[in-house]
Amino acid sequence: MEALIVRGVTKQYANHTALDNVDLTVPEKSIYGLLGPNGAGKTTLIRIINQIINADSGSITLFGQPLTGDHVGVIGYLPEERGLYKKMKVGDQLIYFARLKGLSRSEAIKKIRVWVDKFEIKDWLNKKVEDLSKGMAQKVQFVSTVMHEPRLIILDEPFSGFDPVNAQLITQEILELKQKGSTIIFSTHRMETVEDLCDDIALINKSKKILEGTKKHVKDQYKSNTFLVEHRGAFSLNGGTYELLNQNIIEDGFLKSTIKMNGTGSPNDLIGKLIQVTKVSSFQEKIPSMSEIFISLVKGESHE
Amino acid sequence: MNKIWLIIQREFLSRVQKKSFLIATILIPLIFPAIIGILVYVSKESKKGATKETIQYIDESKLFIPDTSKYVFRSIDGSLDDAKIAFSKSENFGLLYIPNYQLSKPEGITLYTKVNPSLDDVGNIEKLLASQIKEMKMQKLNIDQKLLDSLKTSVSINTVKLSEGGQEKSSNSGILFGIGMAGGILMYMFIFIYGAQIMQGIIEEKSSKVVEVIVSSVKPFQLMMGKIIGLASVGLLQFFIWIVLMTTLTFGVLGYFGIDPPQQQAMQQMGSEVAAQQAAGNSQIVATINEARNLPWGYFLGCFLFYFLGGYLIYGALFAAVGSAVDSPAEAQQFMFPITIPLLISYMSLFMFILQDPHGTVSIWLSIIPFTSPIAMMGRIGFEVPFWQLALSMILLIGGFLLTTWAAGRIYRVGILMHGTKVSFKVMAKWFMQRG
Repeated sequence: MEALIVRGVTKQYANHTALDNVDLTVPEKSIYGLLGPNGAGKTTLIRIINQIINADSGSITLFGQPLTGDHVGVIGYLPEERGLYKKMKVGDQLIYFARLKGLSRSEAIKKIRVWVDKFEIKDWLNKKVEDLSKGMAQKVQFVSTVMHEPRLIILDEPFSGFDPVNAQLITQEILELKQKGSTIIFSTHRMETVEDLCDDIALINKSKKILEGTKKHVKDQYKSNTFLVEHRGAFSLNGGTYELLNQNIIEDGFLKSTIKMNGTGSPNDLIGKLIQVTKVSSFQEKIPSMSEIFISLVKGESHE
Repeated sequence: MNKIWLIIQREFLSRVQKKSFLIATILIPLIFPAIIGILVYVSKESKKGATKETIQYIDESKLFIPDTSKYVFRSIDGSLDDAKIAFSKSENFGLLYIPNYQLSKPEGITLYTKVNPSLDDVGNIEKLLASQIKEMKMQKLNIDQKLLDSLKTSVSINTVKLSEGGQEKSSNSGILFGIGMAGGILMYMFIFIYGAQIMQGIIEEKSSKVVEVIVSSVKPFQLMMGKIIGLASVGLLQFFIWIVLMTTLTFGVLGYFGIDPPQQQAMQQMGSEVAAQQAAGNSQIVATINEARNLPWGYFLGCFLFYFLGGYLIYGALFAAVGSAVDSPAEAQQFMFPITIPLLISYMSLFMFILQDPHGTVSIWLSIIPFTSPIAMMGRIGFEVPFWQLALSMILLIGGFLLTTWAAGRIYRVGILMHGTKVSFKVMAKWFMQRG
C-alpha cells in the first residue's frame, strides 16, 4: 500500500505558482527524499500535507483515506523553521505537544518516558528549554516529532542546524523508525544523505515535479553506459559498439580507461572483448551520483 | 474544541504561575493607596516645615499688607532702584513694587524675584492684594464687614433623581464621576496591557519558531483564539483578585477609622466649634458612604466585565494580527500606532467630553461605536444610560469583535508562517485576501 498519494496538487499565490499540478506516490515503510532547489515548492507541499495551508486543487490520500483533520495524530512533522517554547519546562512541553497530537496525558507520559530513557535526557525534564544547550534542544525537538509514534514522519531539512553527533543520532533513529514500520519523507539539500538513506526520491523544480522513482530506477535512467576499467597493458578500441573515451596511466604499468558502450550490449560482452586485448584488474560501471543528476536536471531546466 | 482548551490551559497556566503575575496582582491594589498616602503625607509635612519667605515692598499708595502663613511682608522706603540693588544682595524671596494707583484700576504692580516664582506664589500675592484693596474700597464706600457678611448666603443643592416610578433617589454626581473615571481608566489599562500581551506572546512563538510545530497539530485560528481566550481569563482572574482585595481593604480601613478611639478623644479636646465642624464633615462622609452603598454595583460590575471582554476581544484580535505579521517587538511599533489611536481618543474624550457631559452627542456616539465604546461607556455608566443606547452599543461591540477576529484570523494564518519578509499594510491586505 502507498503511504501517501498526491494527485494534481496546485497552489497559486497572487504573483506566482508555488505548486503546479504535482503528483507524488510515497510507498509505505520507505524513506522518501523530496529534493529540489530553494523556492521550488517543497515546503509548500509539505505544509499542504500537514494541512497548515490548503491546496487550490488536487487530492491527497493518506494510507488509503482522503486526508482529513483526524490525520494530525498520524503525522509527525519537523518543520525547517523549528523551535520550542523557551520558558517552558521540557517535560511540560513534550506533554503539551503530545496532547495536541491527540494523546491523553497518561499516554503521553508513558511514551515520553521511553524516548527520554533512550536519549538519556531524563535529567532535563524539569529544565526550561532556555537553559539547555542547542544540541540538547535539538534532541528534545526530535523527540517531540516522533514520540506519538506517527505512521508518517515528515522532516523538512532535518539536518540543517544539527551538529554532526546529533545528525548521526537522527540518521540512526530514522533507519530504526523505518524498520518499525514508519514511512519517512524528508526534504533536503544534502545529497550524501540522500545516497545513504533514501529508497525513493522525487525532484521538484520550479513548482513542478520533474523526476520520481526508486533511487536505483532513477540512477539507471540517468546512467550513460560508461564503464571504468583498470588494466595492465594499453589497448585501443576503434568505433563501433565500444568507444574509448580516455586512457590514463595510474601506476606501475596499470592504466585506467573510460569506455562508453553504444547500443544495447551487456557489460559481459564488454568484459569478453576486453580480456582479449588486455589484462583486466577491475571493472566497474560508472553510476551517476544523486548530486550529479540533481545538478544536471536543475541546470538543464534553467537553461530552457 | 478539545485542542483550543489545551491551548487556553497552557496560556493561562504559563502566565498565572509566573512570579511577576503574583506580585502585580497582590501589590497593585496596595501600591496605589500607598502612593496616594505618601504624597498626602509628604505635602503635609513640607507645609509644616516650610520657613516663611520674606517679601519687601515699596508702596507708594500706602497699602498695608498683613503677613500670611507663607510670607512675611516688610515695607521699605526709598526709591525702587535703590531697593533693587539692596534686594539683589539680600536673602529675601521677593521685592514687590506697588506704584501710586487708582483704586478702580490698580496697574503697574510688579514682583521682582531671583528665581521664577510659581504660579501659586503669584496667585497668592494677587489674592492678598485684591482683598486689601477691596477692604480699602469698602472703607471708602462706608460698607462695614458685618453688613457684607449678612449679605452672604451659602447655597448647597441636594440632587435628587426622580425615577419613573416616582421613587426618590438621592444621587451624588461626585461618586458617579469617580466611578466613571475609575472604570474608564481601568478599562483602558486592561485593554492595553492584555492586548499587548497577546501580541508579545505571538511574537515570541514566531521568533522561537515553535509556531509551525503547533499549527501542524491545530488550526492557526484555534491557536490564535486559544491565546486570546487564555489571556482574557488571566485578566479576569487578576481583576477579581483586585476587586476582592480592594473591597476587603476599603472595608478594613473604614472599620478601623469608624471605631478608632484616639480620634474621638482628640475631637473632644478640640474647641467646640471645631468639633462641630468636624462632626458635620463626618456626617457628610457617612452620607456619601451610604449613597455609595445604594448604587447598583452589580450592574456596574456586569457592564465592566462585558465591555472588558468585548473591548479586549476587538483590540486583542488586532494586536494578534500585528504580532503575527512581524518578527520582533521593534517592528511592531509602526503597526501599533493606528491601533492605539481609537484607544487614545476614547481615553482623552473620557476627560474632555464624557465625564463633563455624559449625555452629550459626542459622549453618546463614542459610547456606541465599537472601538471607543468600552472606555466611553464606562465613563457614562453611572449616569443612567438609556436602555436603547446600552443595547445598541453592546450589539455593535459583539459584531465588532466578530468582525475584527475574523479579519485578524485571515492575516494571522499567513503571517505566522512568514519569516524575514518586509511587512507593510499593503502586504497585510494581500495576506487577508489570500485563499486558504
